[in-house]
Order: sequence, then C-alpha cells, then structure tokens
Amino acid sequence: MKKTRRDFIKISAVGSGGLALGLSTIKIANASDGENGLFKSSHARPVLQNRYPTYCEVCFWKCAAWTYTDDNGEIVKIIGNDEDPHCEGRLCPRGTGGVGMYHDEDRLKKPLIRVEKDGKQEFREASWEEALDLVAGKLNKLKEEHGAESLALFSHGSGGKMMSHLVKAFGTTSIAAPSFAQCRGPREVGFAATFGETVLSPERTDIRDTRCLVLIGSHIGENMHNGQVQEMSDAIDKGATIITVDPRFSTAASKSQYWLPIKPATDMALLLAWIHVIIYEGLYDKDYIEKYAYGLDQLKQHVKNMTPEWAYGITTIEPDVIRKTAHEMAAASPAVIIHPGRHVTWYGDDTQRSRAIAILNALLGSWGRRGGFYNPEKVNLPDYPSPGYPKPKRTWKDAFPGQYKLVDEVLSTGICYSSIPNPDMEFNIKAWMVYGTNLLASLPEQEKTIEAIQNLDFLVVIDTMPMEITGYADVILPECTYLERYDILRASPHREPYLALRMPAVKPKYDSKPNWWIAKELGSRLGLEDYFKWENIEEYLDWQLKKVGSSLEEMKKIGIKKFPREYEDLYALNGEDFEFNTNTGKIELYSTELASEGFDPLPKYTHHREPDPGYYRLNYGRAPMHTFSRTANNPNLTDLMDENNVWVNPKVASIWGLKNDQYVYLKNQDGVVTSFPVKIRITERIRWDSVYMVHGFGHADKKLTRAYGKGASDSEMITNVKIDPVMGGTGMRENFVTFITELEKKEDRS
Amino acid sequence: MRYAMAIDTKKCVGCSDCVVACQTENNVPVGYCRDWVVESVAGSYPQLEIEIRSERCNHCDNAPCVRCCPTGASHIVDGGVVLVDPVKCIGCGACIEACPYDARYSHPDGHVDKCTFCIHRVEKGQDPACVSVCPTNCMYFGDLDNPNSDVSKALATRKYKVLAPEAGTKPQVYYLV
Amino acid sequence: MNEELIISGRMNPGIDPYLHVWHWPIPTYLFLGGLAAGILFFSGLYYILGKEKQLPTAVKWASFLAAPALVVGLFFLFIDLTHKLYFWQLYTTIRLTSPMSWGAWTLMFITPLAFIWSATYLRELVPKWDWKLKILWNFEALAIKYRTPIAWVIMLLAVILGIYTGILLSAFNARPLWNTSLLGPLFLTSGLSAGAATIMWMSKDHAERSLFSKIDLILIGVELFFIIHLFMGFLASTEVQIQAAQLFLGGEFTVSFWVFVIIMGLIFPALLEVLELRGFKVPVFIPAGLILFGGLMLRFIMVEAGQLTRYLY
Repeated sequence: MKKTRRDFIKISAVGSGGLALGLSTIKIANASDGENGLFKSSHARPVLQNRYPTYCEVCFWKCAAWTYTDDNGEIVKIIGNDEDPHCEGRLCPRGTGGVGMYHDEDRLKKPLIRVEKDGKQEFREASWEEALDLVAGKLNKLKEEHGAESLALFSHGSGGKMMSHLVKAFGTTSIAAPSFAQCRGPREVGFAATFGETVLSPERTDIRDTRCLVLIGSHIGENMHNGQVQEMSDAIDKGATIITVDPRFSTAASKSQYWLPIKPATDMALLLAWIHVIIYEGLYDKDYIEKYAYGLDQLKQHVKNMTPEWAYGITTIEPDVIRKTAHEMAAASPAVIIHPGRHVTWYGDDTQRSRAIAILNALLGSWGRRGGFYNPEKVNLPDYPSPGYPKPKRTWKDAFPGQYKLVDEVLSTGICYSSIPNPDMEFNIKAWMVYGTNLLASLPEQEKTIEAIQNLDFLVVIDTMPMEITGYADVILPECTYLERYDILRASPHREPYLALRMPAVKPKYDSKPNWWIAKELGSRLGLEDYFKWENIEEYLDWQLKKVGSSLEEMKKIGIKKFPREYEDLYALNGEDFEFNTNTGKIELYSTELASEGFDPLPKYTHHREPDPGYYRLNYGRAPMHTFSRTANNPNLTDLMDENNVWVNPKVASIWGLKNDQYVYLKNQDGVVTSFPVKIRITERIRWDSVYMVHGFGHADKKLTRAYGKGASDSEMITNVKIDPVMGGTGMRENFVTFITELEKKEDRS
Repeated sequence: MRYAMAIDTKKCVGCSDCVVACQTENNVPVGYCRDWVVESVAGSYPQLEIEIRSERCNHCDNAPCVRCCPTGASHIVDGGVVLVDPVKCIGCGACIEACPYDARYSHPDGHVDKCTFCIHRVEKGQDPACVSVCPTNCMYFGDLDNPNSDVSKALATRKYKVLAPEAGTKPQVYYLV
Repeated sequence: MNEELIISGRMNPGIDPYLHVWHWPIPTYLFLGGLAAGILFFSGLYYILGKEKQLPTAVKWASFLAAPALVVGLFFLFIDLTHKLYFWQLYTTIRLTSPMSWGAWTLMFITPLAFIWSATYLRELVPKWDWKLKILWNFEALAIKYRTPIAWVIMLLAVILGIYTGILLSAFNARPLWNTSLLGPLFLTSGLSAGAATIMWMSKDHAERSLFSKIDLILIGVELFFIIHLFMGFLASTEVQIQAAQLFLGGEFTVSFWVFVIIMGLIFPALLEVLELRGFKVPVFIPAGLILFGGLMLRFIMVEAGQLTRYLY
C-alpha cells in the first residue's frame, strides 16, 4: 500500500469557530481586570474555598499536593502535602506553577481528525464519538491485517497505566517510554548487573543522611527532583562533603567542596582511578566486600595500571585531587553516595559507566547502608479483576534477534527503528498510540522519528497540549490536565510505602477527557469490555483502596496515606546474610551476567570522539523551572524563563566575536542548523571546549503562542547517536556545534 | 516586633519557586512579579563562585519609598512591614524611583505593588508563601525581637550581609553568605 | 569575568533592563513648573519694587503665560499617573517628607494665585472686558487692593516651586545622578532663566529687554557654576555617583548634554545676549528660544539619565 505522506499540520489551521466560542477568555490571575470599573480592584487575594488532593504531573517525581479553588470554583494555587515524603509540603516551581497548565489557553480543546481538503491536509474538529469510532475502526483493521502486535504505545506519565492496560488487552507488549532508552536505562541495567536490583524512581539514595555525596554530571538543583534537592539541602546543613564532577560549573558544583572540572567524555577514567586508589590504598569496606561481593581479585587486577596519574592525562584532573576526593569518600564510608544520576545516556558505554559507579558504591559499602542506598518499599496494589492479557506472538525484541537480553523494559528507539520497513527485520510496527510524550523532542535523531511516522498506517496522539508530535497525528484526543481528573493511585517506592490520590479539583475544561475514560471507551469499541468492568474510575480506585485497608472517601480527605513496611530493615546490609538477585547471589564487582552475554565483565575506559576545530561539544541539561519541552508554554513558568540560551566560555566568545544576548544559529557536525536562533550567554561557568543549553525549547508549533520560536532545540542538534550495545540506550553527547553568527546566512543549511 | 527574612545563599539553587508561589498566593498577574532571583558569578574557569539570591522588597527600617510617597499610600505597619494601600495610591511612580532595589512596580490596575512579606499569612502564624514553599529550605522568616525565631537563630550563627547598605535604607532581608 | 544576572522574575514593565517609569510628561511638567515659577517670581519682585510701569511685561503680561503653563504642567503630571482616578488622594494629607506632596500643595496655592494675579490685569489687556457678575467685580477690586501681599506670597511660592522641581529628583537617594542637593538651586536658576528669557522675548520695551538680558546672563553664569560644581561633586563622590557623572563624560548622554544643554542652551544664547547688549542686532527670539529649549533639554536629560543610574550590589 502506498502511503500518503503525513504533512506536519499546525493546529492553528483548524477553523477558528470552536476556538472563538468564548471559551478561551479564561482569566489568569485577573490580568485582564485592569480596565474594569472605577473602584473594582483586582489586587485582591483569592478567597480560598476548597482543596482537593492531587499529585503533581509536571514531572515524574509526582509530589502529593492540594489544589485550592476559590469562591468561583476556579483553581488558584497548588500547595504541597505536608505528609508526603516526596515533597515534605514543598513543591518545586513547576509544581507550584502547575496552575498554568490548567489555565493555558493554547490547550487541545476538541478531538481533531486529519482530513484532506483541496489537496491540503488539515485537522477537522470532531465529536468524541466520531473520533473514538475512527480510532477503534483503525485498530480493529490493523489487528485483522497485521496482528495486534503491530501496535505500539509510547507513554509518559501517570495516565500511561490505563493506556498500557488497553493495549495489553488489545494484544501488544510494545509499550515504551523514552525515560528508559533516552534516560535512566543504562543505570538500571548497570546497577541490576551489580546488585541484582535497580535504582528506581524516586532514587533510593539516602542523601538526607549521607556524609559524602558524589555527583557525576548530575545537576541536582537544576534538575528539580524535589526530594533529592531537599535532601541535598539538608546534607549541606549537616556539613556533608559534596564532590561534583562536571565540565560545567553547575549549581550543584557551586555548592560543593570539591568541583572537578573534568574534560568531557572522560568520566570513566576518573571512576576507574578512584577504584584504583580505594583498592590499592586499602580504603574499601573489607568486611562488607568479603561478605557480600564477588570478583574483587579480578577487579584489582583490572585497575592495576589505572592510577590517578594515568587518569590525569585523560581527565585533566590532578592526581592529588583524585586521591584527596577518594580519601573523602572513604572517610565517609559507608555514608557515601556516588550518585547513579538519572539522564545517563551519554556516550554509548553508559551501562559500563553505571557499572563503575555501582562498583565504587559497593567498595565503599554504601549499598543497603544508612547515608548510602536504602531499601525502599511500595504498596502492592492489587489489579482490578480482569481477564489475563492475550500472549503476543511476537514482541519488539524479535526485531533485534540476539540483542538486548539484559533489558527488561522496551526501547523507544527500538520501536521507532522497527516502524521503518526493513527487509532484514522480522518484525514491523504499523501503528502508534502516543500518550503524553512529545517524541520529536524526546527521541534523538528527529529524521528517523519522522521517517518512522511517515511509514505508519495510523498514529493517534493523546495529549493536553499541541506539540510537534500532534502535528503528525491522524487523530488527536485532547486529554484534560491532571488537575481536572482522577488517575491511578501513586504507589512509588520510598523509605516507607505511601499511597497518594489524585482527584479533580474542577470539571475538565473545553471538550477534554481523562485518560481512564478514553481507555474505557476505546476498550468497549475494541470488544475489550471485560477488561473495563468498572463503571467509572471512582469505583476502580475505591475497590483497590478497600483491598489495602483504606477507601476513596478516606483518601479524598487526606490525599496521602502511609502504610507500614513489610520488611523492617531500611538498611539491610549491616552484616546480616543477604542473597542478591545475581548469578552468584553476591554483589558482582565482576559481572558474570555481562560476561555470559559477551560484554566486558569489568568496565573499561574508551576514548570518545572530540570536537573538530571550531566545534564545541553540545552539553544539555535542565532548568529548575521547566520539565523537558512540556512546560515551555505554561504561562507561569514562561514568566520565569521563556527561552533558553547557549552558554559560551568568554575565550570562545572572543574568538567568535560573540556578545551577550546576541542571537546565533547553531550548526552541528552533520550540517544540521537549528530552526530558530538562540541567545548567547557568555559565562565562565562553561569550559572552552563545550557549550551548554537547557533542553526543551525551540518549539516549532505556532499554536504554542508563548513557546513558538523561543530559543533553540538541542534535540535537533542530536543527529549522532551512540547506541549502548548492552541495553540499546541512545548516547547523545557526541554531538558538536558551531555558530552561525550572521542570521541571514542560515540559508546555507544543507 | 521587627519582621525580617534571612536567605541562605549557600543553599539556594535559584529554582524560583518563590517567584511562582508569590504569584499564585497574592494574585500577582502573569507577566509581573514581586520577587526575583539573581545569580552572581565571580572568578574565572575553573576558579569560580556563585551566589544565588532570591530578592524582594527589603522592608527597610529607613524606607525611602514611604518617605517620598505623597499620599501615605506607602506606609509601615506593625513589625516594620512596608505596605501599599492601593486605594490611596495615585500611581505617581515616586516610590518606584526611590527604591534602590527596584522592588516596586506598577500593577496593571494602576497602583503600585510590591512584596508584603505575606502579612496576611504572617498574621495567621504562617510563613510568607515564598518561605513556605522553598524546596531547599533556604529562607527563614520571623521576628528579630524574638531570639527564638527562625530568622534570629539564622542570623545569630551565620555571617550575613544586606544589599546596598550604603544606600542607608537599613534593609531587613538578610543574606547568609 | 564577573557576571550578575537576574535569572528569573523581574519581568515587570518599566523596571528592567533599566528603570523607565517616568516618561516625557515628567520633565515637561518640571520645565513648565520652573518656567512659571521664574515668570511669577519676577512679577512679584518687580511689583513689590514698584516697577509696574517701567517693566510691564515682567509684572503684568508675562503672568498671563504663567498660569496656563502651570495648568498644562499639572495636566502632564496627571497623564503620567497610573492610578489617575485617585488623584484627589494627594489633597487628603500633607506629607512633609515627600517633595511630591508639598509640590502638589504649592501648586494648589500658586496656580489660583497666578490666575488671580493675571486677572487683575485683564482689563488693562482687554479694555472692553466685562466681568458680568457683580461678585466678580467685587473680587477684582479686592484682589487689586491686596496686590502687595499677593505679590509677596507669589514670590515666596515661586521660589518654593522652582526649588521643588529640582528637589523632586534630588530626594531620591536610589538614583545617584539625582541625589545631590545642587539640583534644587540648579533647577531654580534654570527656571528663573527661562522666566527671564520669556519676559525678554515678550517685551516690546528696549530697557526692559536689556534688563532681562542682563539678568539672564547672570543666571546663565550661576547655572554654569552649579553644573561645574555638580560634576566636581560627583567625581569626588562614591562609585555610583562617579558612574552617574560618566554618563555625561563619555557615556551615552555626553553629546546630548554638552551640545543641547551647555552649548546651545547656555553658552550660545549668552554670547548672543552679550552681542545684543553691545549693540549688535540679534533677533530676540533666538537667544530666548534657545534658553527655553536648553531648559527643557536639561530636564529631559536629567530625568532620563537619572533613571539609568542605580546602586550596584
């Protein structure tokens, strides 16, 4: 079948009829009241009337909170729930600014269907009935022709659970989140290979009680992972030593006693040198290693020549600094954390680097110890009774025979690659359902993503905001924001198990609907009624809560509830016997699992590509006020930061004649130029061989009135991806950019 | 009674939660703010230092804005908190010119607006909104005359500074350095 | 390299990157206030000195401009208010520490007095004028009878008004360029000079013209003296005031200040006046117009530049 190419449709092409219904005249903090009447003053503070429990959906930390409404029933503020260990009653700016997500007048308002009119593709508004019928029809046809397995779901966020349930019932297990292959995947595989367990989210790091925190490229404080930021602040108060390894003087680096301004892409050498010092100076936790670990001798032999002097030549970190910091860690042991990081897909050897981090933690005895890594627990919620899922005949791994055996989660890029027809590939995906993730910004190699999309039979997107991905959809289903809906209960692992409820504070705005309703309605159209036997989500949640000794009624009042731990020991490894979930039943300094799969059982340093003259390594990261590209149009958060800039060392600036706040285009090693110009920030905080920018800006959809064309997108510049052979992660830090200073020269783009 | 605030620049990460929290607490229109965050970088790579400060009205003991206000709209209440009465304010802008911290602005309704130390919350025994949300717990508020208040305790044990002391305004927002 | 940047917040209009809260109406208001003060000062002074006959423009006719100038000035002040409907709040209190307050009260008294003053000469200007109402006739008679005390009050208020136009700015310690007590006398002198120039321009009498030409020359000399003093003071002061002075000594206001205010507004008209006094034929509107222009520019530049200066921390 020949496919018609999907044109990227800007949602502004929709007839303005529906948008002009007066629905968009929302009131944001009375900004428009200025012209009203003589003595009516809008400076009045809102009268708080009611509060409703929720947990935040602006990032994956999911802090429990209260949504406050005023006497008009309008949402005015969101305040953290004091009982929640994720936030201790203090949300981060994005959580506090979550109100902007609800108020954003650029939201998706009605279901939209791609139609062709006079040879031009555009979106037409549709009723939910029509849109859902269309989606169900397409999916049923897909099942008939290619099997249910040819559907894939990409999801991010709490609502993904309902969508997963739907597509599993439909018959596919190709359910991917960019948070694995583009983010924390390598660390989970690396830690599992070492300790038999993963780091989880929120991370099981006991920062609160640590005496030494080592951050390797992790920019806590700029990433507002709330609990960690709070605990790091506590640790600072308690006088903990912080060691930050970063080529950039990050905010965390500025709070550290030791900042190691490492040459980019050489972290592995530093880690190995630390391991060398700790083993050869006998600083490791001997009892702990003897009792729990396997492979010290092999490791000792392996790092024999990896001295600080050796590492100095690679990392530019002076040998005595390497020794001194190793001594600091050893002095704090076992209350020391070499932080596993979160976004760790950098150079393609990331699982091995995570292994080195895990090994270092093991040597210092921090796993399972106070001030190191605690043993988290979560509430095991029973699933609402429904038939078992059909067993798919094929899975995404069939597309990669013999690869990724150590991977438990689905690779989003794997799904993407197997959506592009390839004679060598057994397995081909034909349709995508995309829930709450802007794949164009979250996956690297945009061209491949677009190629995959062009080859799909069908693409349905469920989201709250128009994003680049919605422009490629065949059908768009507008979801209401987290403040307007129930969701599944939050049962995340922590020091103590907690459940948190999210309930609507207001009715859904416009014609948007919650994910559970969309899943249930699609389910009944796909003949999967048996999987959705509950009338509505209240019934579903109440059933679950009653099974664990609470009720929806109770949770509506308290929002969050603590449950007792099943196992007593928060810190389990103080000499007690313990069987690790590894081949040897021990902490594997030497990984038998990696060895059996043909990978290096001990981490090795590999040299990574360096920038050509005139090019600078593109480092990217986060700003505390934004979450990826999702918040780029939030009115409260754009108030804090409405565009990104590119950080340039003064030396580089003087070579290029760059001025502060000057706009430039960036061009990468493959000749790709950013769609929009970006401001220069000249700062000493960045090395002369790299540049830095905050991820999530440079939106191309005009319908995002505040985000459109603001700043540049780092994702566009990431065209060189280093695949991690162990787990398929996409290393993104081997991309280099140069400046196009004359704005009109942009036309040079090839 | 003398209300004051102390902000720990060693803990502040510049997340700006204080800015949004103030917006939603006080109905500050989108596009305006009563507080803001400054980053001050000193040195050259790799010998660097950063000071991050959440700034706002300093509720000065010797407040030039109150002195120059022609109508008494800018006034000082119990605890030394400087407030603006919007109904008395004519919007002449004198107080905006008078503030060495640029802490005041013209509200879209016409009157001048600024930080109130969230006096409506303080009266109820709560902390100001910015202090109460700060994820790093780097802000302390309270009565300087009470040695057990958070702010007194912070100032008793730490080195601190105020902004532009040479302006003679006797500011009451202290920065722990 | 040191960096100081606002990373969030402070999107408030008119505050960053530099303060821009007072726009063109404020310097215009200050100029008109100063001009009116100058004219009224000379009216009062020469009336008291008994020169009503010799100096009719100064005592009588110029005052017909002063009262409207005050009204127009007040109107400009009003249009720069952002909460206009609450304007009356100015007159519910007297704030002794606020120059804006006593400026408002001064204007409250001097404006009607200026009208009354010129009204007493209205029938000399328009002989056929008829007050129509008896009460108005009585009022005129009363005002004429008390011209001497009125003149004293006007003269006093004019001095306060003239100084006020400078002190309004100099009271702001936050703006280092303004924060000098020389600004009051400087603006008073500039206002008197503008008043003298206006009288000179209006006068048809040669003796009166040359008297005001001489007065103006003295005032210009005093003004130049104040300006030199101003810069000496700044340059001998703190960093923020040195920086403020730099705006005029190589900074972005250098050309506009030295060309428009000093050369065109002071030195060149002074030269023209000297030439005229020496008997050269110089059309009077040139020096007079230039002095008025210079006075206006002085206020524009001071208000604009002052808002650029601030404390550094």
